[in-house]
Amino acid sequence: MAWAELMRAGLAGNAAAYRELLEAIAPRLRKFAANGLLRAGVGNADAEDVVQEILLAIHLKRQTWMQDQPFLPWLNAIARHKLIDVLRRRGRRGEVPIEGLIEILPDEPPAPETSHSELNKLVSRLDGKQQTVVSSISLDGNSIRDTAAKLGMSEGAVRVAFHRGLKKLAELYRAGETA
Amino acid sequence: MKTDDLIASLATDAPMQRPLRRLFAAAAILGVLFGFILFMLTLGPRPDIHQAMHTMRFDFKFVVTIVLAVSAFFVVRDMARPEVTRSPFRPLLWAAPVLLILAVALELMVVPQDQWMPRLIGHNMRFCTTMIPLFALAPLALMLWVLRRGAPQNPARAGAVAGLVAGGIGAALYAAHCFDDSPLFVATWYTLAIAFIAGVGALLGSRFLRW
Repeated sequence: MAWAELMRAGLAGNAAAYRELLEAIAPRLRKFAANGLLRAGVGNADAEDVVQEILLAIHLKRQTWMQDQPFLPWLNAIARHKLIDVLRRRGRRGEVPIEGLIEILPDEPPAPETSHSELNKLVSRLDGKQQTVVSSISLDGNSIRDTAAKLGMSEGAVRVAFHRGLKKLAELYRAGETA
Repeated sequence: MKTDDLIASLATDAPMQRPLRRLFAAAAILGVLFGFILFMLTLGPRPDIHQAMHTMRFDFKFVVTIVLAVSAFFVVRDMARPEVTRSPFRPLLWAAPVLLILAVALELMVVPQDQWMPRLIGHNMRFCTTMIPLFALAPLALMLWVLRRGAPQNPARAGAVAGLVAGGIGAALYAAHCFDDSPLFVATWYTLAIAFIAGVGALLGSRFLRW
């Protein structure tokens, strides 16, 4: 299925379609991030951190995509915005490749192991409940239901804490607090 | 954290909130409503509003302020989308200033020169420049609240345009109370008050609309 269709399905609440979309996008983002970092003269060692930050932004800003508009320009704009942000935090002027994801060949480098990713550090900076919930779901791969049962919370409360935790993570990224 | 794990967890996060467009519409309606309630509780319309409505100068105050609010609303709604570098509605932002300039020109033609300054100074300029921002507060807060869910490329500019929406609403409300109907007064003091709110919007935008 085309990305736009997957996104529409995802926005309508189809989690499987949404996951498929993010999985399809990730390799492109990986190439985009690695290219962007290299061009800016910073090593691309932590490109995967950038990929994760962009994915988080895509997720949190997904309702800004108009469903009757093309998907790629939106995706490119988000990816570029986050890459510029990353470079700026590292004291580089955001010189980001003019071409976006579309033009970049879909070469697929394998996802590196990133057990010490920036995201891990950021999760450890969340406060109490959010940290427990986010690490249970994102790090340990538990479902919302299992997490709720394990923590003795309602599923609704877990959802809320998880969503707030994700928002907070995006803020922490921006603040560059692991730098 | 592996990216695949992150993706899997994002997919479990709460499915969709409301589309942004609907939030913008709701924010505008609520902003007008809150502003209106505040207006009725504090100033209320001028007592002679029924006669005033038959005068062109009085009516023009609503035309120009509402045109500003509406045009800025369409622009700011686009500015919440990351891929829109230039809203197609942007030229509409010129409508209100152009109308105002034409009205000022007309006023200067029909009013004798010794009346220019008194009309420009009016009776209530300090009141006007305080009350317009006051009535604009709720609309501004609501617009910024929706923009925070958006992904504006230029947070300060998006905040400023949100300020124009709010300033237009605040000015339209105040206009119903204000006795100074001359375009000379409007062009000076209304503009000043709206520019102030736009500045506040830009400042708040650059702080709170980054993403």
